Amino acid sequence: MYKSLIHQTFELTRKEKRPALLTYTVAGDNTKKISLEILKSISKYADICELGFPHNTPIADGGQIQTSAYRAIKNGIKINDVFSIVSKFKKVKKNKPIILMGYYNMIYQYNENKFLNKCKKSKVDGLIVVDLPFPENKKFAVKCKKKNINFIQLISPTTSKTRLNQIIKNSHDMIYYISMLSTTGGILKVSPKKILKEYSFIKKQNNSKNVVIGFGITEKTIKSLKKADGLVVGSAICKEITNSIKKRQNAVTNVTNVVKRLKNKIK
Amino acid sequence: MKLKKKIPLIDQHDKNGFWGKKFGGSYIPETLKKPVEDLTNKFEKLRRDSQFIKKKDFYFKNYIGSPTSFIKLENLSNHLGGAQIWAKVVSEANGGAHKIYNATVHALICKAMGKKYIVGDTGAGYAGKMLSMAAKKFGLKCKIFMGAKDIKRQKPNCDAMKKNGAEIVPVYSGSQTLVDAVSECMRYWVSNCDNTHMCVGSTVGPNIFVKICGWSTSQISKELKTQLKKEFNKIPKKIKLINCVGGGSSAYGFWSEFIDYNKKQIELIGVEAGGPKKSKLHAAPLSRNAKIGILHGAASYVCQNNEGQIHETESISAGLDYPGVSPIHCFLKDTKRARYTFATDEEALNAYKLVTKYEKLNPSLEPSHAFAEAIKIAPQLSKDTICIVNSCGDAKKDRDILKKRLGKY
Repeated sequence: MYKSLIHQTFELTRKEKRPALLTYTVAGDNTKKISLEILKSISKYADICELGFPHNTPIADGGQIQTSAYRAIKNGIKINDVFSIVSKFKKVKKNKPIILMGYYNMIYQYNENKFLNKCKKSKVDGLIVVDLPFPENKKFAVKCKKKNINFIQLISPTTSKTRLNQIIKNSHDMIYYISMLSTTGGILKVSPKKILKEYSFIKKQNNSKNVVIGFGITEKTIKSLKKADGLVVGSAICKEITNSIKKRQNAVTNVTNVVKRLKNKIK
Repeated sequence: MKLKKKIPLIDQHDKNGFWGKKFGGSYIPETLKKPVEDLTNKFEKLRRDSQFIKKKDFYFKNYIGSPTSFIKLENLSNHLGGAQIWAKVVSEANGGAHKIYNATVHALICKAMGKKYIVGDTGAGYAGKMLSMAAKKFGLKCKIFMGAKDIKRQKPNCDAMKKNGAEIVPVYSGSQTLVDAVSECMRYWVSNCDNTHMCVGSTVGPNIFVKICGWSTSQISKELKTQLKKEFNKIPKKIKLINCVGGGSSAYGFWSEFIDYNKKQIELIGVEAGGPKKSKLHAAPLSRNAKIGILHGAASYVCQNNEGQIHETESISAGLDYPGVSPIHCFLKDTKRARYTFATDEEALNAYKLVTKYEKLNPSLEPSHAFAEAIKIAPQLSKDTICIVNSCGDAKKDRDILKKRLGKY
């Protein structure tokens, strides 16, 4: 049976009795070259790397990721550049899963099929499309599956139980649980206990699915959620890039240190 | 792609929310699925609830001041020669523009849903001003998201919002205009949808917001239909309904009752913002052939680049300065029921000058775009052609721009 890299990664982290660490950075932030360097460097500690393809009207992202996206677009990033970053990364880290994350308009303009072929070619392992919810994403998710690309479904605290079950049924190897009502980068306003309760509820529906938690996860909060299959950190990393640029420091080193510290907290 | 008769256009979508199978929909983050579904169910119930309709009609009459008048612009018609120019003076509505209809309905829905907070976006500031008025009237706490650039250029409306007790949240991201205000407002709703109701200021956004807004503004054409029959004893044979189009809420409201008529009898003309004559930028996705894209939760014609990044727009009129447009106008364009064109900043200013010279009417820069088209076509039309312009906003808010560009207000 075919086992995706994403699935294999979760098997491994489960064996090591720890959650997978997922990082999110924006492709081209702040340049194509540096974002590739960052990706290569943090993948020493991250188990799965999410890479955002930046959009200038991101309706679900908070300030940190917006800043990163605007910066990348200003520096000229194009979708083909995003794919070339993935290809180059995969050449040196072929076993590290990479998930592209973004908004549907960019896929729509690029053309769905062409986009997926390009994903396949550059060895993208998964896709998260923020504004293409279930059931509107059904057809697209099937297309992804045919190409062995994981379409990652999202679940939020507002998702009803019937919907939850339908989403799980239609999900692939990984499900992304949004910890709270927030855009990315918000302060964790729900107690970890409550988040884990929701998380367990999702797991109970189908224990074989890998469920990761994201939104509001920082060096401060990550430890409290380590029971999850995986944890996503995005804004905290983007913020470090912004700070490094401001202080004229090396973003690659600084971001790597953040990811290293995050990893140590959940080992 | 075909229009159906005897069904309001706002209801002619499929089960996924698409008009003509490709415009509209609900491209929203998972978190908003539930609140949007709740709102959809509530609205469908309320619009069939006679008590709610009674309440709405009561406030439309006693609070908004319906019906607004329908007048002949005798002097302007004589000056131009050709067709008769008439105006539906929607700017007489409480607050000075059509935005009050949508704002009032949203405030009533918010109350019916038991929510105490209401948020909204605004470009020209009218949607924000009206929402702040309605919020005050119905005892709701109100936040308005507005681009920093628009806050500067539409000061009178900002003052009104503050006076009504609303908090204006300035948006500094992107182009600092309406497009960013809508994004920021949606982000706020994502984070606060458990106790907050969101009002989208035009017939844009996820399917349900297009419907609520269209349902609210359709009051304009209901009134006009009665007024036409009273004035002419029947619906005249040659009518042109000319309306500016930004998001498209006033145009839909002005046209909705007349869409079933043959277009030879009633032509629908939408006028978008062409931007400064010398600029490449504009806010005219329909008339300048933009591609279909997804913006703010819906598929429509959108000013964008090949990669799907949304273009900056430029227009003297903040209310039309938006890169997308309502999916129902895309549908009206593709079915060829309505014709869309644009007027430049300069043409709108000239139209404003001419209208105010000949008539006791003070149309804001948005309907001045529509007047520009009427002025352009009227001289070539026969005397029995009735050109009706929706004068949907009052120019008080534009006083600073008009002073600067025309030297006087």
